[in-house]
Amino acid sequence: MNLNYPKYGWGLPVAASTYARDIDFGIRLIHYAMFAIFILWGIFFTYLLIRYRRRDGVPAEREHEHHPIKSLMPDLIVMVFEIGLIAFYAIPVWSRIKQTFPDPKDANEINVIAEQFAWNVQYPGPDGKFGKRSPDLVHFSNPIGLDRSDPAAKDDVVLANEIHMPLGKPTLIHLMSKDVIHSFFIPSFRIKQDAVPGMDIPVWVQPTRPGLYELSCAQLCGFGHSLMRAEVVVQTPADYAAWLKSQEPAPAAAAQPQNLGF
Amino acid sequence: MANQHVSDPTEHAHASHELSFWRKYVFSVDHKVIGLQYCITAWIFLLIGFSLMMLMRWQLAFPYQPVPFLGRFLSPHLAPNGVISAELYNQLGAMHGTIMVFLGIVPLAVGAFGNYLVPLQIGAPDMAFPRLNMMSYWLYLPAGLLMLASFFLPGGAAQSGWTSYPPLADINPGQTVWLLAMVIIITSSLLGSINFLVTTLNMRAKGLTLSRLPVFVWSEMVASVLLLLAFPPLEAASILQLADRVLHTSFYIPAGLVVLGVPSTATGGGQPILWQHLFWFLAHPEVYVLVLPPMGIVAEIIANNTRKPLHGYKTIVASMIAIGFMSFIVWAHHMFISGMAPALSNFFLVTTMIISVPSVAILTCFIYSLKGGSIRFTTPMLFALAFLPMFGIGGLTGLPLGISVTDIYLHDTYYVIGHFHYVVVTGSIVAMMGGVYHWFPKWFGRKMNDTLGKVHFWGTLLCMNGVFFPMFIQGMAGQDRRYWDPMTQLHNVPTQPLHVVSSISAWTLFLFQLPFIYNFFHSMFHGEKADNPWEATTLEWACPSPPPHGNFVKIPRVYRGPYEYSVPGAKTDWIAQDAPEAA
Repeated sequence: MNLNYPKYGWGLPVAASTYARDIDFGIRLIHYAMFAIFILWGIFFTYLLIRYRRRDGVPAEREHEHHPIKSLMPDLIVMVFEIGLIAFYAIPVWSRIKQTFPDPKDANEINVIAEQFAWNVQYPGPDGKFGKRSPDLVHFSNPIGLDRSDPAAKDDVVLANEIHMPLGKPTLIHLMSKDVIHSFFIPSFRIKQDAVPGMDIPVWVQPTRPGLYELSCAQLCGFGHSLMRAEVVVQTPADYAAWLKSQEPAPAAAAQPQNLGF
Repeated sequence: MANQHVSDPTEHAHASHELSFWRKYVFSVDHKVIGLQYCITAWIFLLIGFSLMMLMRWQLAFPYQPVPFLGRFLSPHLAPNGVISAELYNQLGAMHGTIMVFLGIVPLAVGAFGNYLVPLQIGAPDMAFPRLNMMSYWLYLPAGLLMLASFFLPGGAAQSGWTSYPPLADINPGQTVWLLAMVIIITSSLLGSINFLVTTLNMRAKGLTLSRLPVFVWSEMVASVLLLLAFPPLEAASILQLADRVLHTSFYIPAGLVVLGVPSTATGGGQPILWQHLFWFLAHPEVYVLVLPPMGIVAEIIANNTRKPLHGYKTIVASMIAIGFMSFIVWAHHMFISGMAPALSNFFLVTTMIISVPSVAILTCFIYSLKGGSIRFTTPMLFALAFLPMFGIGGLTGLPLGISVTDIYLHDTYYVIGHFHYVVVTGSIVAMMGGVYHWFPKWFGRKMNDTLGKVHFWGTLLCMNGVFFPMFIQGMAGQDRRYWDPMTQLHNVPTQPLHVVSSISAWTLFLFQLPFIYNFFHSMFHGEKADNPWEATTLEWACPSPPPHGNFVKIPRVYRGPYEYSVPGAKTDWIAQDAPEAA
């Protein structure tokens, strides 16, 4: 297994998820349209400035008639373009990305719990169930406050700043935060979602290309905001399964300190 | 003298010479003095906000390098060895935004231009409530000083961004003073907005119907309605955040927080997203408060320098009113990925696209106004003309941010910073610079120097684009905003050199403001004398320049619309609004 980061440069990073192309399509289309509008408009503007510059003996022409329809033509064109964007692009694509979620049974389901300034990831392990968590159990050795006495927690894997995802299968992420608002941003996947304390926000992504990707925090979260970085590892399903198997289950419950009653 | 009860403006004018220095220039109730107080204070705050940004730009362009020269004056705790720390960077960032928006542009657009010009353009002797007006200023200045003083308090200034999202803002140092200052600033704005509405609706000169009002007065009126209705929710929200910090309530704090390994003692039960709704419910209308008065300024300058009436006066006014209404139902387009119900996004997506329609209409009318004109390229006109394409870029780049799907990627990247700076800097600030050149003869009876003005214009235009255009490229590459260190993430590294371009442009931009500052103060005393140098038609030019206390020797009567330029058969190419029918 030899995984590398894509080459990041100017312009959009490599598109590496199923919906990245849909988002890129919109970004490109809108920018072509913006560019065209600005150029046409700039030519007209320049023409007016030259044609109607002040010259001796040439007074300004007062308009006798006002054609509201004619002067609103650019508006109509922009409006038709926008209605098209809303109806055929924004609403359908938004509903596919943010409002429909893969069935947890068919997905690789994980918890991502953000904190100042790290991304903790909880994998449910072979039983497919997440162990219970409690804020009272949070400790430096147990950053997510996993309750080891819960049978479901026995095979859970907890990692910091490292997310593994298999190819060919969507990953369903339950996004949470322990302290302040963070934002889960993987530029190559075109995914971004705030992690809000007190909420469990589902997001999903299906990677299309094996490799390493960068996860950054996109919402100001304190002095370490720019240092909050995680590695996303996209592997073939076989490699992913092998990796998961190799992970040690979480330490036994006895190793946990008592709740000191903060 | 304090017991004077004068209501008649002419009597007031006679009494003016008796006023002491303090009553005349410091605690003045004259809208013109207050307007100039606002004007100078707001420009100083803009310069301070700009300086904070110039400091931040050093860290972005040359990370880990000590700040040359200035570094040794920074606190060793916040800038060890002169290198800007993350805490200092976040303080500078939060204060830059706050100062620019709340202490710079809004007071300049409403407090300065509105105060000075609205009573003059409607032919009134003063504002409806002169003492309230004085109070607005004397709340604004201390609040601004309090905001600045927070840099020197233990813990430093606020460092949670100008948006101050809790829970971060609830736990970060510096926020308490920020909130106190905000509450005072908001109160000041509220007093001002009430004053403007009452003045405009009740104190217009005879014959000055609403359809004869200059576009600038309309823009101030719409902006005042926005301030009046949008600021109270933020005032309430700020008080709630203050309670969270000082009284240990939990309006914005959910249960079960663990901050840096320590469980929070807050009882919880609050909702962080509530703040975002309250904040943006103000802050989006606020954007239009930043934009509408400058649009009004541009309208005045364009009509005057094309020597013809504005194209589509009614369309422009109707669009401004439509923008005013719509601006209250677009706020959550700042929150597409905040965690609010995703279905809500569709509503805000649609309203956001709707609000772009009147904005495009206004811009279109301005461009059509050039058609058939006899365009004079005076210094104010250059600024007004530059506003059009620059605001155009700002508006167009709002499109991929207003479309929820493309915003997923572009949100919180440098693309956003580029977008709103094109709107408020190359848009609003450029227009207001033009406004200074245009109305300077009104304020001081003298013109500003034209050559210096043109140097200022071209330098400013070039440098502003140099600062903000690279941000679109950075945003496209996914460069995250509000990052102290632009080198920590691989995807940010390739576009980091563009920060050098932005930073050098920003510092050069500062140099090009020096002729403006010199020109302003020098021309105040030594400029070429002028009364109505632009041959403008609106009422503010119907009184002497500078206007005496009480403004008009005789309250004018208005006979026509605001832009009667190049009327066929008239002797001159302009007819003042107060000139009797026989022309």
